[in-house]
Order: sequence, then structure tokens, then C-alpha cells
Amino acid sequence: MEDKTLIELKTKIQNKEISSYELTKFFLNRIKKIDPKLNAFITVTENDSLKKAKKIDSEIAKGNINPLSGIPIAQKDIFCTKGIRTTCGSKMLEDFISPYDATVVEKLDKAGMIIIGKTNMDEFAMGSSNETSYFGDVKNPWNLNCVPGGSSGGSAASVAARLIPCSTGTDTGGSIRQPASLTGICGIKPTYGRVSRYGMIAFASSLDQAGIFTRTAKDCAILLSHISGYDVKDSTSSKKEVPDYYKECTKKFEKMKIGIPEEFLDGLDSKVAEVFTESINIFKSNGCEIKKISLKNSKLGVSAYQVVAPAECSSNLSRFDGVRYGFRANDVKDIDELYKKSRSQGFGDEVKRRILIGTYALSTGYYDAYYLKAQKIRTIISKEFQNAFKEVDVIIGPTAPDCAFKLGEKLNDPIAMYLSDIFTVSTNLAGLPAISIPMGFKNKLPLGLQIIGNHFDESKILSLSNHYQNLTDWHMQKPDMLGET
Amino acid sequence: MWESVIGLEIHVQLKTQSKIFSSASTNFGAEQNTQACAIDLGLPGVLPVLNEEAVKMAIKFGIAVGANIENNSVFARKNYFYPDLPKGYQISQYEIPIVSNGSVNIDIDKKVKKIRITRAHLEEDAGKSIHDLYENESAIDLNRAGTPLIEIVSEPDLSNAEEAVKYLKYIHSLVRYLDISDGNMQEGSFRCDANISLKKSNSSELGIRAEIKNINSFKFVEQAINYEIQRQGEILDSGKSVIQETRLFDPIRNETRSMRSKEEANDYRYFPDPDLLPVSISNSLIENIKLNMPELPNEKKERFIKQYKLTDYDTSILVLDKDLSAYYEKVLEKTSLNPKTTANWIITELLSYANKSNTGVKNYPVNFEDLASLLTYIHDGLISNKQAKIIFEKMWNNGEKPQDIIEKEGIKQISDTMEINKLVDNVIKNHYKSVEEYLAGKDKLFGFFVGEVMKESKGKANPKIVNQLLKEKLRNDK
Amino acid sequence: MDKDTVIKIADLAKIEINDKKIEEISSSLQKILNLVNEMNTINTDDVEPMSHPLNLKQELRKDEVLEKNERDLFQRNNKYIEDGYYKVPKIID
Repeated sequence: MEDKTLIELKTKIQNKEISSYELTKFFLNRIKKIDPKLNAFITVTENDSLKKAKKIDSEIAKGNINPLSGIPIAQKDIFCTKGIRTTCGSKMLEDFISPYDATVVEKLDKAGMIIIGKTNMDEFAMGSSNETSYFGDVKNPWNLNCVPGGSSGGSAASVAARLIPCSTGTDTGGSIRQPASLTGICGIKPTYGRVSRYGMIAFASSLDQAGIFTRTAKDCAILLSHISGYDVKDSTSSKKEVPDYYKECTKKFEKMKIGIPEEFLDGLDSKVAEVFTESINIFKSNGCEIKKISLKNSKLGVSAYQVVAPAECSSNLSRFDGVRYGFRANDVKDIDELYKKSRSQGFGDEVKRRILIGTYALSTGYYDAYYLKAQKIRTIISKEFQNAFKEVDVIIGPTAPDCAFKLGEKLNDPIAMYLSDIFTVSTNLAGLPAISIPMGFKNKLPLGLQIIGNHFDESKILSLSNHYQNLTDWHMQKPDMLGET
Repeated sequence: MWESVIGLEIHVQLKTQSKIFSSASTNFGAEQNTQACAIDLGLPGVLPVLNEEAVKMAIKFGIAVGANIENNSVFARKNYFYPDLPKGYQISQYEIPIVSNGSVNIDIDKKVKKIRITRAHLEEDAGKSIHDLYENESAIDLNRAGTPLIEIVSEPDLSNAEEAVKYLKYIHSLVRYLDISDGNMQEGSFRCDANISLKKSNSSELGIRAEIKNINSFKFVEQAINYEIQRQGEILDSGKSVIQETRLFDPIRNETRSMRSKEEANDYRYFPDPDLLPVSISNSLIENIKLNMPELPNEKKERFIKQYKLTDYDTSILVLDKDLSAYYEKVLEKTSLNPKTTANWIITELLSYANKSNTGVKNYPVNFEDLASLLTYIHDGLISNKQAKIIFEKMWNNGEKPQDIIEKEGIKQISDTMEINKLVDNVIKNHYKSVEEYLAGKDKLFGFFVGEVMKESKGKANPKIVNQLLKEKLRNDK
Repeated sequence: MDKDTVIKIADLAKIEINDKKIEEISSSLQKILNLVNEMNTINTDDVEPMSHPLNLKQELRKDEVLEKNERDLFQRNNKYIEDGYYKVPKIID
């Protein structure tokens, strides 16, 4: 059952081969059995989930069925869920019960889905290894000594370990694609503005975008259609019509021109390069034209990102002051101490580091040199992409420079950690959609292939992903969590 | 000697139904924190969505002061920590405000002075901190958080407290004419910060300024500025220099004092708010608002002078308050009295009661119809001016109708010549000696006879007729 | 980034820094700045800054009151409430 795709489960439910209750119970049991090894969940909502499943079953019995009725999903703990603890991986929100639902949560609820729990993540989505979480590290299902990537590490690990057929994530600099790559699943970050950010706890508002983890491109397409669309509560969301991505990506494949940036291959790990070259060959021999392109300034992406993201986060996280909600330090003598103690005890080191850098980058005398400069580099990077898209339909490359690294390996070296996002940050700076799908292995650890599209070209990248998955079976590989194989 | 240089930053709450970035109500006076929604509280994950009406109101103000309306203005975050600022930043405008480069004309000593307005930008109000409710704690009420404001920043074109108050009153009048604010100063809908510095009389170089925060009455503005001018003058006279700082006006002690809590090096780290896109304002929207602009105070003043032949002074008083000028015009419509007499009545009588009890036009206990009837009775000679004043007092205090008072108390004027004749004859007979003195040349005594006749009539005799008859009789006696 | 700057920045950000850790923090921040300074390898004098990935304009909201009083819900998890007020240590201006 755990190997069934979302589409297969949807059919089973609709044909009444299985009830939502049975399905939910099945995954809850699997979480109970396996998650203690992974720590992918911060909160599992067993009672609520089963109650909801029963309700949906009775609706189904009455003939009221929604597109995804009765299928469980895990929500990254960055999405506000009404009545359910929403921690964002931080001590700051350890006891925060959200009084409202994020738009993404609301939309999936309307589609009939059941929240099974909230997944572990780097604190406030700041990290690339899921080691900054207040609720402990998440382990990579392929090797429990390795990180699952981050920040959406719990969402990725839970799908990879078949604890759940699908989950939500957020991506500010690679937080969906990098963990998808490191855990061997499919993760999409849509165009900025495609999905509402309302109720998704902000890290860097001009970069953040919600997305989906699944094992197949088709499943990804189905869910993406459900969460996308203009939201009156998010005035940065786009009014562009939402296509039926499933239909679009399963249409007869049309020849595509694929760009490969030379810069992505410079000094690339030889095994990663080898696996990537195999993927290129598959595209080449299956109706695609490969074209070398240049994105020479994308290497500045990490630098610009390390200004823009901390700057915005330093301001976004000011609301966590201990006054209205969240962690509040005891025994403070005045308001300044209330702020400083609550924030210092409530936030972890990485969050504090980014707040400090961001505060510095926005302060008088440094704004032009850092923040403004970074925003100008964004323009340059964005234009470079736009020029590339005049020549090619999509751009591909490895999602991450390497496979999953060991727990603790980069924890004390922030720069090394930041560089694991080197291939992903530029698309956030430019607001482009991108997906990571499995393309092979190195040392028995998965590697991901990133496909980047132009603004609102989700259909194209999903279509190419589906095409690839029809030709390969990397996405069918599974970690041996229970020693079953 | 020193010359003072003053600039004002006026904060005007806009009278929208809902807040600038959320759909919570802006009503004043609700129970604490019952009008603070998820967005106003800055809950994790919420996003601001801009209120269309607030933008239109800002445009209206911009047009009224002949300013430039920015086609693409940008919202920015002003970052600082304060418990009544829920997000740790205020959404405001920084580099590209919606309104810039306007001006207004004010009358100073019968001359027109132009006060330049640097900018007016949209922003959200903060909540309220109440410090005297609990012994060891401050209480935070966030109902006000997110109420739309325009902050109107003037150039330092004001030279003294009088000019500053005139300018402030003009802006107050203007926002009420535009119907974009209720201008209620007690409720904090209209408040200002004053930047004051002194410079050498012949120098163009500005001195170091102090900023006095949050002054919420015209009187306090005047007092605060005068205090500050004196304080800075004394510092400079003694050879020391003024410190650039934020100060608070204490109306009880009538002094300003340093707000040390705000003295920590404030660095607001402004940057464009990534949650809000640039606000695009089309020229057609601006044109449309222009076409529907109401009559502005200066336009009304010109019209009143022309149409009603009022003095500059009387007109200024009437037009400053939009509601008062409307009241005046309604009274006029109802009577055939001359506009000048009506204006006099309103300015000297009605306003003295209104000011004493601090009552706004909307709450006048005397409506325009009743005042019109009262003035008509005077005009028709039914009552004297003096009687009218007594009746008006009753109308104001008890809300009674003039005709009811007249009937109840029988205070109709006696205009019957026969009746008055009798009274005059009696007075002449009873004060024979005085009559002789008068006839001998003591003209002053005429007033005495009038007074006596009025006394006899219990004040009801028409004084015009009394005068006329007395003159005739006394001449006959000569 | 020197110690004084770290202290000033930390105060602005309301983050308490342990004296013993200032060195460590300033050196780790300096490493990030070194990475960030790679931005200076490119001239951006004639480049417009980009605040938003998409060239969109602000959507405006109708001026309507749609929210109701949810104070109890919002204050449910906060111990520092009295009579519906949020309480903080007394502020002296």
C-alpha cells in the first residue's frame, strides 16, 4: 500500500476499494513504526485525522466526493493549521496553536485531503540539513547517518520513507528541491506568486514559495493545481489562470529545447557529473535538443541570497517579541529585557546569525553596499535567465552539488552549508519555477535533477519530468526502512 | 538674536470603514483588543492587503494641496521594537510617497503666506500602550493598530507658534472639507509632531532641532512651541548647544522634556516591504477624483466674501469649520435676514456658547431651523435683540423651541404705540425734576428715561418705538 | 565586523549576546560578509534593483469590515493577559 501513488490511492478511494479511515490508519501505523528512526514529524494528529477520515467516509457514502477525498497529506510545520500546533521548528512557537488556516491548508482541505501531521524542518526554514530544528535532526531514510537536506527535511524524508504519499514544503533558496534531491523524490517550487503565501510563516517574503513533495511528477501536477491560484489575502499572488497540470504534463510529449549552463558543470563532483550526463543522454535520444548556455552571474546568487534572505528575515522575525504569542522569557525587569531574553532563548543560533546579518545589511551606511547591491544582482541574474529562455524551453542541471552529507558534517561551517544551495538559490532570486526529480545514485544515496522553467511554465517542467520518469525508474527506487528487502 | 524655524509632521487618521491592511473595523472606542484581527496582531504567516479607499483619500488630499501624485508609490517597512507595534515594524512609505511637493496658503497678519508641504505618505497607526492601569505593567490595546494614517510633512516654513497653529488649523479644516478624516483631536484622529530649531537672524543655516512628539491640541502646540523656543534660546544664549532629540510636551507642567527611551540610536532600517507591490495609480483615477472634489476652505472663503459681503475676519471664522459654514448657509436659506446680521449672531452668540461647552456643530442643541425662526422674530420686531439673547440661552440649555419659550413666558415685545405712550407719559410725570434738568441741557439723561420706560414694560417694549416716542414727547415739552 | 558593531546590531535586533561569544559571533558574521562581498566583483551602477520577482502591481482591497471579534481565540495561549489587555513590564517614557 505504501508504494501506491497519489493517483492510485485516489482511484482506490473513489472505487471504494479502501476507506479513508483504513488508509489514514495505515499511514498512521507506518509513522508509528518508522518515524522514531527518522524524526520526520513534529506533531502527528492521530485523533483529528481519524475523526476527519470517518467524516469523509460518511460523505463519500452519501456521494459527496471531492477530487482528493480521504487521502492523507503531511504539512510542513511552517503552514498555520487551525487548532493544531504550528512550531516552524522553533522553541519560539513550541506551544503555538494557530488560530487560523493557511490558504494552502484550506485549499487542500477543500479538495478533501486529511492532514496527518506536521513535519519537521529547519528552524524558521533556515538551513539546508534539517539540523537547526528545535525538535531534533531528521535522518535521511537512505542512510540514517546522513541529513535529508533542508529546510523541508521532514516533508521530504516522510515521502521518501513512504510514511505518507505526499507532503507540502516551502522553498526560499532550495528548501524543497535540495531535500527532494537528497532523499530521492520529486519536489516542485512553483513560480513566485503561483501559490498563496498567506498563513505560511514568512522567512524571506520576496523569495518564499510553497510547493509539493511526491514521488512522481504526475502526483506533483495534481496537487499543484489544487494549491495554486490567486488569493485575495496575498496581494503578491498572481491572477494568472491555473492550468490542469496533470492534463498538461500527461499530454503527448512535445520536443523541447533544453539548456545546460556551463557554469553548473564547472568543478562538479565527478560522480554527480556522470549521473547528470546520463540524464542528458536520455533526453538527447528521446526527442529533446540540448543546448549549452551560459548563466555566468548565477554564481553570485549565493552571495546576493545571503543578503536578501537575512535582510527580509530580520524584519519578518521581529514579530516574535514575546508579547502577543510565542515564547516569553520569565523574570525580566523591563521591556528591553523581555525582548532580548525571549528572542535569545526562543531562537536558535542559525536564526540569530541570519537576523544579525540581515540587520547589519539594512542598517544605515550599509544598505546601499549590501541590500541594494543584492537587489541589483537579482536584476542581473533574472535578466540572464530571461535571455536564456529566449533560446531554450527549460534549463537543467544537478539540483545539489553532491549527495546527502553526514549529520554534523557542515553544522559548524555555515559557508559550506550555504553553498549546498548553489544551484537552487538563483531561481528563487528570479522567481522561476523549478523541480527536482531523482536521476541516479552516488554511494547508495540519491541525486536529483533540477529542471528550471520560465515564469509560469510549470506545465513544461512537469511535462519534461513525466517524460523522464516514463523513460527511467529512479523514482521507483525506495529506501529499505524496515529491512524488508 | 534668534529666529525660530518650525516644521510640522501631522498625522491624520483616515475615516475608512476598515483598516489600511486588514478588514477589521476602525471604529473608535471598542473594548480593548476586540478590533484587532490576525493581521493587526501580526500573527505568524499573515499578509497585508491594501485598502483602496485609503489610497483614494490620500490622492484627494494631494489634489487639494496642489501636489504631485506618484503613479507608482512604494510601501516600506520602518523597523523598531515597541509593544504596541505588533510586527516589530510599521508599514509606511519612505523613498516614494504617494503625495509630494504641495503647498497651502495661510493668512498671517492680513498677508498670505505659502507653506510648502514636502510630502504626505500613507502608513498604519500603532496600537496604544496604557501605563497607568496596572502597578508594574503596561497594558497593550491593539484596536488602533492598522488604522490608516496620512502623515503630512511640511517644510520648515513656519516662523512661530501662531503660524504653526494657523497652518495646523488650516490642514485640520482641509481634511474635514475633504471628508477624509473626522479630525477628532481628543480621540487622536489628528495629532502632530513639531520640529523646532533656532537660527541666527541673518543666517540661512538651520540650527539643531528638537522634535516634540504627539501633540494633540491646538493650544498645546502653541504652548509647546513657545516653551521650546524659550528653552533653546536660553541654551544658545548661554553659549551651549541644543541636543538633537525627541521631546514630550507635558501640558500639566507646560513644559517639554526629553524622552530618553527614544534616545537609543534609532536606526529604522527602511526597506521596500516585500509583501506589498508598488501601488499603481492611473492618471484617469486622479482625474476622476479631481472632478469630484468638494469646495475647499479657501474657495468657500472667496465665495462668502463675494456672495454675502462678509468681512475677511467673519468669513475666516465661518469657513474654518466645514459644518459651521454649512449651518450658516442653512440658516440664511430659511430667513430673509441680511447675511451680515446672521453671521454676527452666529459668531458672537452661538459660538460663545459652543466654545464654552466645547460642542461641535453636529451636537448643537439648537438646530438651524430654530435659530432661523429666532432671527426672524427679531427681524419682524416681535422680540428685541436683548430678549432674543435670553431666549437663545434657554434654547441652548434646554433644547426648547423659540416659539414655545415666547409663548410660555409671554416675552413678546410691545410694539403698540398707544401702550408705550402711556408708559412714556408715566415716566415723564414721575421724574419731573430730571426732565427739567434734561431740558436745561443735560442730554445724557435721555438714556435714563429709556431705561425707566423699559423697566416699566418689564423689558418688553420695543426700544425703537420707546426712543422715538420719548424724543417726540420731550421735544414737545421744550 | 568589529565587536562594537556586533553589539550595536544585536541591540537593534533585540538579540542578547553573551560577552564570551562575541568573538565567535563576529568571526562567523565576518565569514558570511566575505562570501557576500563577492557581489562586488560586478559593477551594478546602471542596474535597477529588483524588489519583486514578478513585475506586478498592487491589488487593492475594497473598504469593507469583514472581521469579527476573535479576541478570546487570539489570547488563548497567552498567560500575560488581563481584562483583554496584553501585559508587558511597565514602560517608563
